[in-house]
Amino acid sequence: MAFSNEQLERYSRHIILQEVGVKGQKKLMDAKVLIIGAGGLGAPAALYLAAAGVGTIGIADADEVDLSNLQRQVIHSTPDVGKAKVLSAKESMNAINPEVTVNVYREFVNASNITDLIAGYDFVIDGTDNFPAKFLINDACVLSKKPFSHAGIIRFKGQLMTYVPGQGPCYRCVFREPPPPEAVPTCRQAGVIGAIGGIIGSLQAMETVKYIIGKGDLLTGYLLTYDALKMDFRKIKLPDVKNCAVCGENPSILQPFDYEQVACKL
Amino acid sequence: MKLTVAGNAKEYANGLTVAQLIELEKVETPQYVTVSINDEFVESGVFANTSLKDGDNVEFLYFMGGGR
Repeated sequence: MAFSNEQLERYSRHIILQEVGVKGQKKLMDAKVLIIGAGGLGAPAALYLAAAGVGTIGIADADEVDLSNLQRQVIHSTPDVGKAKVLSAKESMNAINPEVTVNVYREFVNASNITDLIAGYDFVIDGTDNFPAKFLINDACVLSKKPFSHAGIIRFKGQLMTYVPGQGPCYRCVFREPPPPEAVPTCRQAGVIGAIGGIIGSLQAMETVKYIIGKGDLLTGYLLTYDALKMDFRKIKLPDVKNCAVCGENPSILQPFDYEQVACKL
Repeated sequence: MKLTVAGNAKEYANGLTVAQLIELEKVETPQYVTVSINDEFVESGVFANTSLKDGDNVEFLYFMGGGR
């Protein structure tokens, strides 16, 4: 496929990069990425991936835009309040780049839909806000051999890691089981500074781009933590775990399952 | 003895256990923290009887559940 003049201009800053070039841009345009959660993390990730020309982007979220979302979820605007988040997100993404095919899934992921949902995508971004969803995404991606980016944010802090099958630990290797409901504060209870989603969600987009173009070192085997108040980034090496319940040598988790959802709506 | 805790090298009392270090460092939600020593995870059940040695590299990994 030859690039049109418009595409050459739109992606010129990519194409000029030695690590991207025409080849890398073609890979981006052929790639399919699923973003689960159209919020603090998903918003910047979706905008940057759409701008980058990722050919197909799926976005899953059941919620509507709320006024309290707009402090951080930069993909939605004030007139979008009350609108389905996935539709508001799609409009913003296509406004930046009409070439991108945006598939919307107005649903929350659960054990019965996640395997089918991720099947059509090359890479998954976890932009969810609760532990049951984060463990579900991990398990489903491990079991389907699907690379994904995990992230979490709270207050002035954030962290992320990248899972690629066979290249290091998964989220469950590190955290085993979700904490009991309400044991660890959520953003609604504890607050979250808007820009932290921008930073961590953009890092997720960066990992996605690197995975697609096949350049650089991914955050596999590492947890990157960021403390905005201390302005401190740390890349923590993660041990290998042989007895992980989902990715270990004798796994006990053989299919995705749902943990009880906390009655909490952000 | 010298320990490196979350990237910072500091002097600590000899014989300090993981549980004591967690208290000393005022670790948030201590019952749900994941601990690694020299790139090996430590089971939370043995924090109280795992003594640290000079030169150990200790990391605390925290649950972070927000995102939307």
